[in-house]
Formats: sequence, C-alpha cells, structure tokens
Amino acid sequence: MSKKPKSAKTKSKLGSLLVNGILLLIVLLWTIPTIGVFVSSFRDPFDIQTSGWWSVFPHKEWVKIDEFKPADDLDRDSVMKIAGVSGTFAEFRAGILKPDGEKVTWVGNKRLGMIQIQEKKWVTRTKFTLDNYDKVLSGKKYVIKTSSGATKEFQGDNFSGALLNSLTVAIPATVIPILIAAFAAYGFAWMQFPGRRILFVLIVALLVVPLQVALVPILKDYVKLDLNGTFLAVWLAHTGFGLPLATYLLFNYISGLPRDILESAFIDGASHFTIFMRLILPLSVPALASFAIFQFLWVWNDYLVALVFIGAKPDVQVFTMRLAEIVGSRGNDWHLLTAGAFVSMVLPLIVFFSLQRYFVRGLLAGSVKG
Amino acid sequence: MKSVPDAKEKPTNILEWLISNLAGLFISVAMPIITFGVLIIVFKWLRATTPNTMTEKVLVSLVAIVWGVGGALILYLISNKVVEQLPPKWVKLLQPFIFVGPAVVILLWYLALPAARTFWISLFNRDGTQFVGLSNYVAVFTERDMLEAFRNNVLWIIFGASLSVIAGLIISVLADRSKFENLAKSLIFLPMAISMVGAGVIWNFIYEVKDVADPQIGLLNAIMVLFGGKPQAWTALNQPWNNLFLIVILIWMQTGYAMVIFSAAIKGIPEELIEASRVDGANELQIFFRIMIPYIMGTIITVSTTVIIFTLKIFDVVWVMTGGQFGTHVIATQFYRQAFTNQNKGFASAIAIVLLIAVVPVMIYNLKQFSGKEAF
Repeated sequence: MSKKPKSAKTKSKLGSLLVNGILLLIVLLWTIPTIGVFVSSFRDPFDIQTSGWWSVFPHKEWVKIDEFKPADDLDRDSVMKIAGVSGTFAEFRAGILKPDGEKVTWVGNKRLGMIQIQEKKWVTRTKFTLDNYDKVLSGKKYVIKTSSGATKEFQGDNFSGALLNSLTVAIPATVIPILIAAFAAYGFAWMQFPGRRILFVLIVALLVVPLQVALVPILKDYVKLDLNGTFLAVWLAHTGFGLPLATYLLFNYISGLPRDILESAFIDGASHFTIFMRLILPLSVPALASFAIFQFLWVWNDYLVALVFIGAKPDVQVFTMRLAEIVGSRGNDWHLLTAGAFVSMVLPLIVFFSLQRYFVRGLLAGSVKG
Repeated sequence: MKSVPDAKEKPTNILEWLISNLAGLFISVAMPIITFGVLIIVFKWLRATTPNTMTEKVLVSLVAIVWGVGGALILYLISNKVVEQLPPKWVKLLQPFIFVGPAVVILLWYLALPAARTFWISLFNRDGTQFVGLSNYVAVFTERDMLEAFRNNVLWIIFGASLSVIAGLIISVLADRSKFENLAKSLIFLPMAISMVGAGVIWNFIYEVKDVADPQIGLLNAIMVLFGGKPQAWTALNQPWNNLFLIVILIWMQTGYAMVIFSAAIKGIPEELIEASRVDGANELQIFFRIMIPYIMGTIITVSTTVIIFTLKIFDVVWVMTGGQFGTHVIATQFYRQAFTNQNKGFASAIAIVLLIAVVPVMIYNLKQFSGKEAF
C-alpha cells in the first residue's frame, strides 16, 4: 500500500479535515467491536455480566457511600421516611434523589434489603485479570461467581488443545496444496504433454465451484476409506478446495518467468526436476508467499470443512468448532467467549500484519475463488 | 542423466540391462515400497495414539505435520526418481504426469467428480435407495423453509454484497486522500483475518440483550437504553429484518477486501486525468462519478462478482449466530441441515447443485477470459 504524492489542490484545509474526520469515524465504527471483545477478555467475569465493557473508561456512576439496615418496625407497605426522604417501597427501589445530589436506594428485597446512600462519582472499572485466558486455554476445573452472587464450578475448555489441532490442520493444509500446485503450474507452463490444454481448462472451470457440491460424496468416500476424523482427511479436503486457485495463480506467475533462464539451464543438462527445485521454486517465492498466507488464513478460520470431516471427535476438534460449541451451549459465558475469540485471532493477526503486503498481492491476483 | 542404453536396443539385452541397472532397479522397486511402508506405519500409529498430556499432544502434532508435509514431498521425489531411471524417451513422456498428475487426480476426486456424483445423488431419495427424478428440485423450489432461505440469500446479496462494495469504494477514495491511509486501511482490513466464528462472537456481544432492569452489556442495547428505548433481541425479533443484523457482519468483514482491491485500482488512474478535469472545473463528486467509477468499472465488476459468490455460500455466520432459527436460514445452512442433521442426502445434493448452477455464469465468463489468452 504505497502512497502517491497528493496534489496541492486537494490539500485545502477544510476538505482534508472532512476527509480525515469521516475516515476516523468509519475506522472507529470498524474497530470498536473488536476493541470491546479485547477489553472484555481481560475483565472479571462478574464485571462483564454486570457492566458494559466501556465502563473501564472514566465515567460517572452511582457509588455507595453508606449502607444500613432499615429499622425493623418500619411499615414497608406504606410511605416510609428514610434518611430524610420519603416514598413508597417501589420508589425507594428505583432510588430517590436527595436535594444535595445523593440518592437513597433500597437494595434487595422488602424484608431483608439494605438502604444505600449513593453519590455520583467519577469511576473506572479496571479490575483486569488474565484468569479468563487461563480458564479457556486449560482443561482444569475452576470456580466463578455468577451475576446472581452464587458460585459455580466449571470445567476448563482446553482451548489450547483445539488451537494445536488448528495448527496441525493448517500447516500441512497450506504446504501440501502449494507443493502440488507448484509442480502442476510448472508442468503446465514448461512441459509438453497430451491433454495439457483441456486439463488447464478444467482447472479454470473449477475455480468457482462451491465446495458444498463436494461435501456429500467426499464424506461417503471417507466413511468407506475409514478416513473420517483424521487430519489427513481434512488436509486433503482443503488441498482439493484450494488447488484450483493455487494452480491458477502459480501458473500465471511461473509461466511469466523469463524463458532464457530455463533454456540455459537445460543446455547445462539439468533435468526438469532439478530446474524446478533449484530455480523455479526460489524464483517464485513472492507468489508462493501470497498464496500461502491466503490459504493459511482460509484454513485456520475454516469452520464448515472441519465440521463435516472432523465431526464430533473432541480430540481432533479445531478451535472454530470449540468456539462455536461454547456459543451454542454457554452463549452467555462472555469471559470465555471473548478470551477464546481473541486467542484465536492472535495468530492470523500476526500473520496478517507482518505479511500484509503479500496478502494484498495474493488478493489482487486471485479475486476469482469460488 | 544416467547412462541408459538406447531405447531401440533389442529385448534380448534385457538381462544385461537389468544387471547394469541394479541400482536403478533398487530405486524403482524397493524405495517406493519402503517409503509407502513407512508412511503407512506412521499413519496407523497416528490414528491409534490418543495423547494424554499436552506435551504428548504437541509431539503427536509435530509428527503429524512432518508426516504430512514430508510425505507429500517424498512422494514427489521418489516417483520422479523412479521415472528418471527409465530410458529418456519414457522420461519425456511420463515426467509431465508426475508434475501435473497429482493435482489433476485431486481435482477430479475432490471437485470435478463430486459435482457429477452430487447431481446423481440428487436424483434419489434421502438415503439413495429410490430413484425420485427431479422431485428433490421441485421440493427445493417449493418448500417453505427453502423459499425463506432463498429470500434471505437475496437479502444478503442486496444488502450485504452491495453495501460491502459501496463502502469499500468510498473508503478507498477517502483513504487515498488521507495522511493516515495505511493505518486506516489496515484497521478496516483487519476483520478479514478473523474467522467468521470469531466475528460471530464479536457481534453477538454487540447484540447481547439483558433483562430490562439490569444494566445492558451489549453495546447496541446500551445505546438503545441511553436514548430511552427498550433493549431488544436483535437477531431474533422483527423477522425478516433481523437478517440485517447478521448481514452487518458480512459487511464488516468484506468491506476491507473490496477496499484493498479498489485502492490498488484507484492508484492506477493517471494523475493527469484527474488534474485535467479539475482544471476544467469538475468538482470532487463529478470526478468520483464521471472519472473514477468508469475508469475502474472492470475492477468493480470483478469485486462484486467475488463478493456475491462469497455471499451466496455464506454459512458460518448464520450457523454460529442463530443456527438458522428465527427465519435466518440461508441456502448453505439449509444444505448443511439437510445433509447432516436431517440426513436427507438427496435433498441436500439438490441444494448444492442449485448453488453450482448459480455460479455457472461466472464459470463461463472465466473460461471465455481464459480462451481469449494468447499464451496457451
């Protein structure tokens, strides 16, 4: 993403203020959802359930300055006079403002509740913790306080195991299609054989085929071959679905390499295999990298293929399945969901920010995938 | 190259040839067998092991990765070595298939044949025991659930795809004139790196609804309450408009993609062209609509096509956020439900074929583009 010099005329102050202002607004709109999850993942589970994540920023809030028991002989069903103000129980429950700005609130039920004197103060809710990450990553048992005040025991989600599985799926499912596609791209670009054109037409045609078309028959094959639930099954599936684009992109790149390099190598007596390994692969690194990032993010973030070919096997489940499972069964456990979501984002974000240039190049070259 | 006898030699010399090529024979027979053997043994071991501790798990994962990546590489090396033992004429004939073969086999197995097989399955009943002709297709286009899914997909395309493209276009033009171009673009592009499931979590949190009496922890409902409104279950109520709250997620994720591509296209517009129109008195809006948009029309069409195809197959977001409840099913979630929850393979296959037919125009366009190329 390189800059080009902006013309002097566009630099009119008002215009640039407007442009930057709107852009800032859009950027905020785009990042706030992620920031909310990021901030929440470090908050105490009780805090998450009882206050918005934005309360970590300074804000005015009613804060308890005094608390006492209402007199036992108070008639709670009629108008009462407490701490200098009077009102019914319902009014006290909602809180009654005193002229000096303090608020008298009845906390709890009619019989056993307490009276709180509250004052509006600047506060920040900054009880940060790493416990959420610990709970979601490990498989240990732990205890938390729920929003009703009771304590509950939970089993950790062993997210680290799921992340490891994701990595075990993603690395070979990125390298294998690239290897196969690079060989094929070289074959199509530099070798003569019968059926060359028709086979390449096939690849172009398959570029946009939706993978839904393949799921039912492939699952049948896997059941027959007893491959279901193995890493190999998922690697091969991702290889199959990523291969058309990989071959197409790498062919475009490899066929564009200067012909005389190869010809001089042939004259020196090198075989196709040697030329491919020693010459073409090193020269194609930019194209390989672009596609690798593309495919890695695609596989890492994939949910459907994993769901179909890994199924219910808990020890090979990838993180997207685990995360979706928590959403489905305990969708209110935000301390786990936010931490889990964020952990799963770390690796793609690192890849993305460190290799953004290649990723963009890959996108530019291949906006045709199906 | 090895010194191999001329291919024209008489077969009587075959014994002599064999002896002189014992090493070659070893390579072409024993090595593949040994390699296959080792690969299969390791695979069996991987299947049988159930790691108990995290350390064991890491080790098993490492072995699996090395097995997968190394295995693929070794298979290429070995098969190439085997072919290179043959006479040069055979090498020339067979070697291309070593290079292209695996890709072709996998593509046939995983995409080309399944398309045909899925069509075949779609002509049968739920467990493939009875031929039912096109009645699955009739059901696809008449069942209430399916019609709802089609309607929703149309909503996804009308709102999701078009707004991503429009937002991407506007942002790319704005960013092009800003000093913070790279930072802004990176941040808007960022959701592309996140999984749809993760994005589902992020947006579920925005839409979270609590009891009216409790403080709202979801941003949208907190804003509602702040302005005196009532908290709502955004993704469940007000059908079919609840779909829009799911569609927002797609826009959030796909705008970055559109923006990056448009950004590159806009940088390709010659500066003189824009300067000249400024000199002629065109204002910024006129430049945008009369110069920029026509100039990058090709890119706009490509991006729109890609985003539409993507939207057509949208699955993860819906499946994670609502599971298709509250009238939010789309084609791909209906496919999944029919194929794996209902176990009605015939019906599911018909849905998949309908998806395939929907992308055929793009396929034809791609093929036309390709056959126009001189290089092949």
